[in-house]
Amino acid sequence: MSGSTPMDALLPLTVVVPLLGAAGVSALNPLFGNRRRLLDAVAILTAATVAGMLIIIMVGTAGGQQVYWFAGFTPSHGVALGIDFAVDQLNAGLAVLAALLVTAAMVFSWRYFERVSTYYHALMLAFLAGMVGFCLTGDVFNLFVWFELMGVAAYALTAYRIGERGPIQGALNFAITNSVGAYLTLSGIALIYGRTGALNMAQIGQAIAGHRPDGLVVVAFALILLGLLTKASIVPFHFWLADAHAVAPTPVCVLFSGVMVELGLYGVARVYWSMFGVGLGHRTSITAALSAFGILTAIVGALFCFRQRHLKRLLAFSTINHAGLFLIGVALLTPLGLTGAAVYVVGHALVKAALFLCVGIVLHRLGSINETLLHGQGKQLRITGVVFALAALGLADLPPFALYLGAGWIGQSGDTRGMPWITVVIITTSILVGAAVSRVAGGVFYGIGDPPSEDPRMGEEASEETSETDEAKSRVPLSMIVPPAVLVALAVVVGLLPHLGPTVQAGAIRLQDQGAYNATVLAGTHTAHPRAIMAVEDAGVTVTDTVTGAGTAAGSLVLALVSLYWRRLPLLRRGFEPGTGLVGPIRRFQSGVVNDYVTWMVIGLACFGGALALAIR
Amino acid sequence: MKPRQRRWVFLAAAGGFLAFYLWGLIGLPGFGHYPGPYGDIVNAIAVAQTHATGVVSAVNFEYRGFDTLGEEFILFIAATGVATVLRHLRDEHDIRVVDEARDRQVPATSDAIRMVTLAFTGPTLVVGWYLASHAQTSPSGGFQGGVVLATAFTLIYLAGQFIAFKRLSPIHFIDSVEAVAAGSFAVVGVAALGLGAAYLANVLPLGSSPGAVNSSGTIALISFFVGVEVSAAFVLIIGELLEQTLVIREGGR
Amino acid sequence: MSVFPFVVVAWILTVGLYGIITSRHLVHQIVCLIVVQSSTYVLLLGVGYKTGAVAPYFYDIPGNTPAVDPVVQALALTDVVVEAAVTALLVAFAVQAHKRFGTLDPEELRQLQG
Repeated sequence: MSGSTPMDALLPLTVVVPLLGAAGVSALNPLFGNRRRLLDAVAILTAATVAGMLIIIMVGTAGGQQVYWFAGFTPSHGVALGIDFAVDQLNAGLAVLAALLVTAAMVFSWRYFERVSTYYHALMLAFLAGMVGFCLTGDVFNLFVWFELMGVAAYALTAYRIGERGPIQGALNFAITNSVGAYLTLSGIALIYGRTGALNMAQIGQAIAGHRPDGLVVVAFALILLGLLTKASIVPFHFWLADAHAVAPTPVCVLFSGVMVELGLYGVARVYWSMFGVGLGHRTSITAALSAFGILTAIVGALFCFRQRHLKRLLAFSTINHAGLFLIGVALLTPLGLTGAAVYVVGHALVKAALFLCVGIVLHRLGSINETLLHGQGKQLRITGVVFALAALGLADLPPFALYLGAGWIGQSGDTRGMPWITVVIITTSILVGAAVSRVAGGVFYGIGDPPSEDPRMGEEASEETSETDEAKSRVPLSMIVPPAVLVALAVVVGLLPHLGPTVQAGAIRLQDQGAYNATVLAGTHTAHPRAIMAVEDAGVTVTDTVTGAGTAAGSLVLALVSLYWRRLPLLRRGFEPGTGLVGPIRRFQSGVVNDYVTWMVIGLACFGGALALAIR
Repeated sequence: MKPRQRRWVFLAAAGGFLAFYLWGLIGLPGFGHYPGPYGDIVNAIAVAQTHATGVVSAVNFEYRGFDTLGEEFILFIAATGVATVLRHLRDEHDIRVVDEARDRQVPATSDAIRMVTLAFTGPTLVVGWYLASHAQTSPSGGFQGGVVLATAFTLIYLAGQFIAFKRLSPIHFIDSVEAVAAGSFAVVGVAALGLGAAYLANVLPLGSSPGAVNSSGTIALISFFVGVEVSAAFVLIIGELLEQTLVIREGGR
Repeated sequence: MSVFPFVVVAWILTVGLYGIITSRHLVHQIVCLIVVQSSTYVLLLGVGYKTGAVAPYFYDIPGNTPAVDPVVQALALTDVVVEAAVTALLVAFAVQAHKRFGTLDPEELRQLQG
């Protein structure tokens, strides 16, 4: 397949259209200078077009994997000369999610920014191009190139508000940590190229499949994973995320939490399943190592989230928690685990984006993101309050928001693989995170309970935030409230889709079948029924899932009420507010100094490498 | 972490990391024993297939042209990012570059420097142009040529003619040039799509003999666009950074 | 001594990381990041080298002369451009940081904490 039908031409256009959009917006800068609405409209239209193209492609992958070779260089005798896009349901779906969130963020930006230059739109469109290219590619160096494009656009977007001190520090921390990760990934790519002489993922997978894994394969795997794990904000590579989220403009945070982190995890899955899976073997050890990191991330994220008073940092730590849970789903290596992670990612992206956009509305109308100061102030924002409250419940795994399915399936797969503690981790961390967000919903929008205790450092940060947005108007503009409402509604729709589990699981099985992937990419043969490596479990919606989800949501509400009313409860009044003991550790670890962050990255790499070296010898 | 603590913690972790990395590196085939097959196959067929004798350029702009497209846009976005971060906010009055040496005379650029830099500007332009347009024949290419072209502009600044430098490179014009060049690369690929081939396929006539300037079809064309884009990007970046530190006094010095 | 270039690779990477971690000046930190990336250049080009082979430019030599791997050279070129781009952006960040914080010491940038 190399461009013979119009359908095939769509695949390269999904990346080229946003790139041309970014270049066009910059080139026509004099034209756009004073016509901001035209600029916004062009950007929204470009993003929406890309989303449309990707939806068509995703529907087309139902019949099997699609492969597109750039410049017409199809492989000969199993050697790939060019770069390919290898699209199946899961990565097409992830790309659709990315395009949808960019469209929503651009619609939200319509009214959100008081003044915005063409730079913002060019950066956002290039960010979209990088994300789509990252999702769809089948070549490991091409993966690195789109990874870097995403990164550079993200660093620039984080530093967008140059009038203040915070954004530049956040951008520096973000840039230095992620660049170190990217260069380690490149080292891993060079290593595996040295062994196999190939850059195509399928070809590499085939080349290392037949041999015992030696030091080089293990080290290459660990190094390539490192950049992806950094992007996915897995502990201890996660320190940059809270800083970047605290200072990036709200629509940009939507993209960071909603898709960018998840793309790192997709990268982990893709690199493992299409390149190293068969060659490394030792599946139990790999599950153990990766899920250990996932569990640690989930716990750290949840605990740190609970104690935050800065709304955007609170949501950032909840993203870290969910990133850990997604990693657990991927690490289980079962089809159901990957299915659970995929559905969880979609539900989380929709709900988290809605939460961030509502925080943006709060910032726009009330001029603060300090939970303590905002207590009870949000009562006038009635619709926003409802959307935020619904999204908070969705984040706490309440049925029918799609998240409960993901949580349930990951837990179920964990039980099957003999790791019953995974369900415990999922439930407890979801309760903590759901309680934090529900506490915000109840306190800020409904004035329930007492204001949470003040965070002394918050004063400086909160006052600087307000420069990014327009002066408060009398009503929340439609273009700002419609995107979050639509996103929350979509989360419910996804959760109610019939046959969601089996459909996604079919896609997961296809992604996990390295043999079928190799055959389709290198030889063009289509496999109608990919073989599952691990046991296929039932991906239906069970009563257990529903009850667990409802229970988690209920637990979150209880904990939220306790945090809001703790001063009035007889048992706790003399004791401590829930979460007090965490302030010290949070301050010490999230020091804001990038030297510390990179040290933790090296420690993490040494531990990860050591674990793999001991397990795979 | 305190700095001293951090140093020791890092050294311990780095020891482990170094051992791990070396364990992987010794698995490589020894230095000088490249096993192939990607490089060997490309070396064997590139000249015949693309009529370009510079195989590295053939790989960059043809076999892996899509990577180069992404890389070019990374540079474009970085230049945009520099412009974003260093832009002038409308209500920024007090953050302005202050003339901190008001009583000092600007030392005139010595004649030696001025003569040498201005004399080199022309040849640098020619060399840059040569490099950007001969990607398919000899070790050169759009990126290398573009950087040399940007250097020519910088030589003008070094000669003490910052005003001339600014006048020759107005920010918006350079911005547009850069964006148009970057977009043109992408459009070359789309044109291939329009002709029914795959994206970025080489659809232009390949020329009669390998190694001639007009051979290799789209490789030469893409290399040209890349040269323009890279030079514009670097002029933009250097101009933005210089603007942060230089003060223009009365009298244009 | 066919593993020596690769030992150098590991050493450059570690030294660069040490520089980043102990750095007290942002520009120094950015240059240490460049050093970290330089280790990838050495690795890429070292992987593709063939003893006794020529550069892959067949302008004036017969087409079947053994030549080194052109693909890693193209990758290294891409790598250099990416590094230049990231460095330019980081340097602009450093300029802005100096404007806002008055210092270039990473330890002193304490606006975001906790």
